[in-house]
Amino acid sequence: MLEKALTGSKKYWSWITLLLILIGIGFGCYLYQLSRGLTITGMGRDISWGLYIAQFTFLVGVAASAVMVVLPYYLHNYKAFGKITVLGEFLAVSAVTMCLLFVLADLGNIKRMFFLLLYPTPNSIMFWDMIVLNIYLLLNIVIAWNTLAAERKGVPPPAWLKPLIYLSIPWAVSIHTVTAFLYAGLPGRHLWLTAILAVRFLGSAFAAGPALLVILCLIVRRISKFDPGKEAIQNLGRIVTYALLISIFFVALEFFTAYYSKVPGHIHGLQYLFFGLEGHAKLVPWMRVATVLAIIAAILLVNPNTRKNETILGFACAATFISLWIEKGIGLVLAGFVPNPLEKIVEYTPTAPELLITLGIWATGFLILTVLYKIAVSVKEEVAA
Amino acid sequence: MERSRRNFLKISGICLLGLGVKPVVHALAKNEQPQILPGPDAMTAKRWAMVVDTKKCVDDCRDCIDACHQTHNVPDFGNPKDEIKWIWHEYYGHAFPGQEHEYEAEEIERKPFMVLCNHCDNPPCVRVCPVQATWKRSDGIVMMDYHRCIGCRCCMAACPYGSRSFNWRDPRPYIKETNPEYPTRTKGVAEKCTFCVERLAVGLMPACVEACKHGALVFGALDEPDSPIREILRSNFTLRRKPELGTRPQVYYIV
Amino acid sequence: MYDGGKIVVGLVVFIGVVTFPLWYRQASGEALRAPEPKIVTDAKECVAPTDYMRASHQAMLNEWRDLVVRDGMRVYVAFNGQEHEMSLSNTCMKCHPNKVEFCDQCHNYIGVVPYCWDCHIEPKESN
Repeated sequence: MLEKALTGSKKYWSWITLLLILIGIGFGCYLYQLSRGLTITGMGRDISWGLYIAQFTFLVGVAASAVMVVLPYYLHNYKAFGKITVLGEFLAVSAVTMCLLFVLADLGNIKRMFFLLLYPTPNSIMFWDMIVLNIYLLLNIVIAWNTLAAERKGVPPPAWLKPLIYLSIPWAVSIHTVTAFLYAGLPGRHLWLTAILAVRFLGSAFAAGPALLVILCLIVRRISKFDPGKEAIQNLGRIVTYALLISIFFVALEFFTAYYSKVPGHIHGLQYLFFGLEGHAKLVPWMRVATVLAIIAAILLVNPNTRKNETILGFACAATFISLWIEKGIGLVLAGFVPNPLEKIVEYTPTAPELLITLGIWATGFLILTVLYKIAVSVKEEVAA
Repeated sequence: MERSRRNFLKISGICLLGLGVKPVVHALAKNEQPQILPGPDAMTAKRWAMVVDTKKCVDDCRDCIDACHQTHNVPDFGNPKDEIKWIWHEYYGHAFPGQEHEYEAEEIERKPFMVLCNHCDNPPCVRVCPVQATWKRSDGIVMMDYHRCIGCRCCMAACPYGSRSFNWRDPRPYIKETNPEYPTRTKGVAEKCTFCVERLAVGLMPACVEACKHGALVFGALDEPDSPIREILRSNFTLRRKPELGTRPQVYYIV
Repeated sequence: MYDGGKIVVGLVVFIGVVTFPLWYRQASGEALRAPEPKIVTDAKECVAPTDYMRASHQAMLNEWRDLVVRDGMRVYVAFNGQEHEMSLSNTCMKCHPNKVEFCDQCHNYIGVVPYCWDCHIEPKESN
């Protein structure tokens, strides 16, 4: 089926070329990072994880959200999602790939990455994260590819695929839970040391992922002959609505615990993010934008009249995605380091090469996504014809 | 036997396996095994610990810091972002956050508090390391293997004392006087105080303890009831940093 | 075979690129010179017989490294009963102080760049 990705319109090829250029620039910057060390990033002894790990965390959520189309279709036989499960799974494939690339970009010693396998360490969450992410990647590639191939031949998917599909459902939950455990088990990092971190992650993931999927479905409908279906898009919209409201609720819970208990450690991180701490407020504008976007999105999504309008739905989904990207892909990880263990405040600004590497990895993800979606859509068009 | 391609592949596979086993057999066949020993003068304990007597600490004195950093080839980049430090000076409010109050004695506010790796009994950095590049030795020292570290910096996120440093860049050009007896580090690995395991192994006290003229740093075995460190802990009120986190730090402070 | 010509040309180019290091070395004449490591030392015997050291010093160094760093063992009693501190800088290089003549001769020849010297400090004699 790969050959489907090799024929396309002029627009398709210019998009691919643009992505390849971004990847090239990112890779060049990575080589620079490789020779100079991570000093070329904005990270330092106080903010020791930055944009890379924050992107990784956010994208694990996007990957996990494939379960939101897989579960209704396979467990509840909800037919409308049948057409788009493969889109969800391919989105997961590209998101997990980006996750893995971000972890690799963040490693100080990439030459030693296979030590992770050579010296397996069950007490380390990082070790488990590496395992669940790689298996999730494999599961989604195998499942999506085989269902698509069966669809092309007009036969039902092979029987051995079923157990793998069922396995992929709890597995999706596991990847984001384990990723939350990377943070939620660290003593002395109060913003992260909260038992609801894993569900918070899942909540925001099930809003951001399907929101992106809605946008992708709308794009696919516009540029191809394949229609994901009004009903599927509307129901994705409902999922986004519930998940967004739950995410906002979870953040409110954090605020209550911190500000009612008045325990300084619990307050500091939130205060730094939303109001600024002792004059340090670099992330405040970002978080304000995220808050406003979340509120706008919530209003537009809750109201059935606006949600049913696909243009407005697309806009609300974009607002949701950006808002949660700021919350998780910037705020949560960075603010966990503020104040530092010695109660000093150090702020972080990513550098140009760091931003370009990040952009390069996103471009890699989108390249994989484009190619996979091209294949999926071509197959669907071929079957329909 | 049927001479099929399948059988041929099987046999060649087994032969290849045999080649792999050869060095193992070779090693086992050696009858004169060389012996491995700890050093003859090595100082040993079941649990090493340190007391920092801040009453004896003198303002602006850097003897312990300089001794440690020179011995271990700790670089000086001259910027706080890339900074690497094994032992350093903090004020009370930063060493013991949450303990300070507005009406603190001026002496306490001004005093330097030497901070270093606490060699926790329950070290979070060890728990999170995905490759066992850091671990707790049987004598309680939290040790670091720079050959193993992949540079994921989980340990830095996990340490609640900010005691871990990372080599964001090549440290070599920033070491003023290199001590040829001790390695430097390479870019991309984490590092920290190791209670001078390399000195204990040859019967020497940690470099900081040896360098302190005022006797403010006391190092010793907690498991020996008659050791000087136990005597100090018996006869003084001591504090530990962030004991509420359950890390059980093994650096004690007399305030 | 579809596009047979293109495939053959592609294969030839591929093989050419893959074998580049081999014929480049041959052409430049470098490969013809065998390495000549010099052992400049007063010591009579090494920590193991010469042929073992020649073949397996890297395995021994790995083993020493783990014993010293991870197990806290410092002393190696050699085959002849001699005791040695297990240390690259403080034992090996004390007897073989010239890294350029001793290590680099062979390592450069076979293109193996060990990362020992990223951290361990090479003796002054090398320069």
